Amino acid sequence: MGFLGPNGAGKTTTMRVLTCFLPPSDGRAEVAGYNVATQSMEVKRRIGYLPETPPLYPEMEVIEYLEFVGRLKGVPKGDLKRRTEEVAERCQVADVRTKLISKLSKGYRQRVGLAQAIIHNPDVLILDEPTSGLDPKQIIETRNLIKSLAGDHTIILSTHILQEVEAMCERVIIINKGRIAATDTVDNLTTRLRGAEVVKVVVSGAPEAPAAQRKLEQVAGVSRVVAKSSKGSGQAGFEVESLPGRQIRPDLARAVVEAGWNLLELHTEVLSLEEIFLQLTSGDPAAAAVAKDGAQ
Amino acid sequence: MSNIWIICRKELKSYFVSPIAYGLMAFFAIIAGYITYVATAFFIQQSMQGQMMGRSMPMDMNEQIIRPLLMNVSVFGLFMIPMITMRVFAEEKRQGTMELLATSPVTDWEIILGKYLGALMMYGFLLLVVFVQVLILSIWGRPDFKPVLTGFLGVLLQGGCLLAIGTFISTTTRNQIVAGVATFAVCLMLWILDWMSAFNTSSVGQVVSYLSVIQHFDGFAKGVLDTKHVIFYLSFIFFGLFLTGKSLESLRWRS
Repeated sequence: MGFLGPNGAGKTTTMRVLTCFLPPSDGRAEVAGYNVATQSMEVKRRIGYLPETPPLYPEMEVIEYLEFVGRLKGVPKGDLKRRTEEVAERCQVADVRTKLISKLSKGYRQRVGLAQAIIHNPDVLILDEPTSGLDPKQIIETRNLIKSLAGDHTIILSTHILQEVEAMCERVIIINKGRIAATDTVDNLTTRLRGAEVVKVVVSGAPEAPAAQRKLEQVAGVSRVVAKSSKGSGQAGFEVESLPGRQIRPDLARAVVEAGWNLLELHTEVLSLEEIFLQLTSGDPAAAAVAKDGAQ
Repeated sequence: MSNIWIICRKELKSYFVSPIAYGLMAFFAIIAGYITYVATAFFIQQSMQGQMMGRSMPMDMNEQIIRPLLMNVSVFGLFMIPMITMRVFAEEKRQGTMELLATSPVTDWEIILGKYLGALMMYGFLLLVVFVQVLILSIWGRPDFKPVLTGFLGVLLQGGCLLAIGTFISTTTRNQIVAGVATFAVCLMLWILDWMSAFNTSSVGQVVSYLSVIQHFDGFAKGVLDTKHVIFYLSFIFFGLFLTGKSLESLRWRS
């Protein structure tokens, strides 16, 4: 699950409440059915937490550190060695097992941080901006690693990077200024906010633009056609908006071909999460209303 | 209980992978060795003078060498303790590892006791270095070991008080140097409070000097194990750790 919001929206605070680091000042929070305020021990046993800066002891070796955390998290003595090797392998830090943490690169540190979070095989994994400050290659590696963990743990991930949510999450919660602005699956959120499909069509060999526009307006399911500036040489571009929930691309293509024009371009303008996010967090009331509808 | 031990072990290890432990132990060895040397030299001089003048003065190793040694060590402890405790919590806060400890299934008290015991054991190692001096003395003389052990217990308890205060101060900042300096200032205060009784014999003066950790140490150095002083030290330690607990709790509300 993705947890999205601009800087200062309260992502980290929420995560700290969930991990029992901060007590909630109001309301209640439950993790795996246990209340964070009154049953914090039970909660702590079931969560793995990677804060924004991985909590590492620079003077320890990687394996030594993982064993320490394992003991702290209550991994049984007999399992400790095996578990440590397992998570080190899984998070690809096995090749630096005897290195001092202070000598590790940022990507390795992040992975050691992840290994630390899963060492006691928690039900819920809470990751606070797990890819911040990494280079593009490391970001992809870390994302893949997190995706591979998704089968075994429920993952809650906070970020302000939108592609990350699109790439990794099934569900997303968008918060702004401490309030939930939207919550849904990534796909639903995109379609719901858009409502209608917007298709860009570029044709050539057509008569004048107004005539072509009329022709397109007659296609079933089209609600509006806006002519875009043509690029000369007989090309004409249009933005065709569908009625909500209608697939109009096949019909559009057929109409163009039947009219004897050349179809140069036909594609859906995808409303990316980025736009949704901006709409929601800039306080656009219409968008917020749509989102709220869905939430309820 | 096992959680306390896990944290304590980690603390001790972190002293010994950094130069702190070795630096302090070396420094303590030099200081203790020097004091023992001076005291022993004076002791020998006196005993030779006594022989030459034909008088047999009562010579007592415990009273004339070991007691001054312990008194001095207890004072030098004041300077060492800030260096032991300054990193205890400040470092965890700076590194962000406090978040790891606080979100692990351990209680605040287990964290505090683990860290405190780690610091106490570190101080214990320093005292072990001093104890070597006494062992060396025992090659040529026959010191009475019971008062010696009482004396060491006193040094340990007195150090324990200051360590508890230092641990508390370390929770209040994320800067080690600030923690160290503040701890040193407080330790110094607790030491010089004793001087109050020298010129102020009123009840206020007595109460103030009673608070001095040094004042309670005299008895131990003489080899007297007085429960009054033991209880003073233990309650002092408890108070320091209690403050630490409260401070840690407030951290969560304030951050």
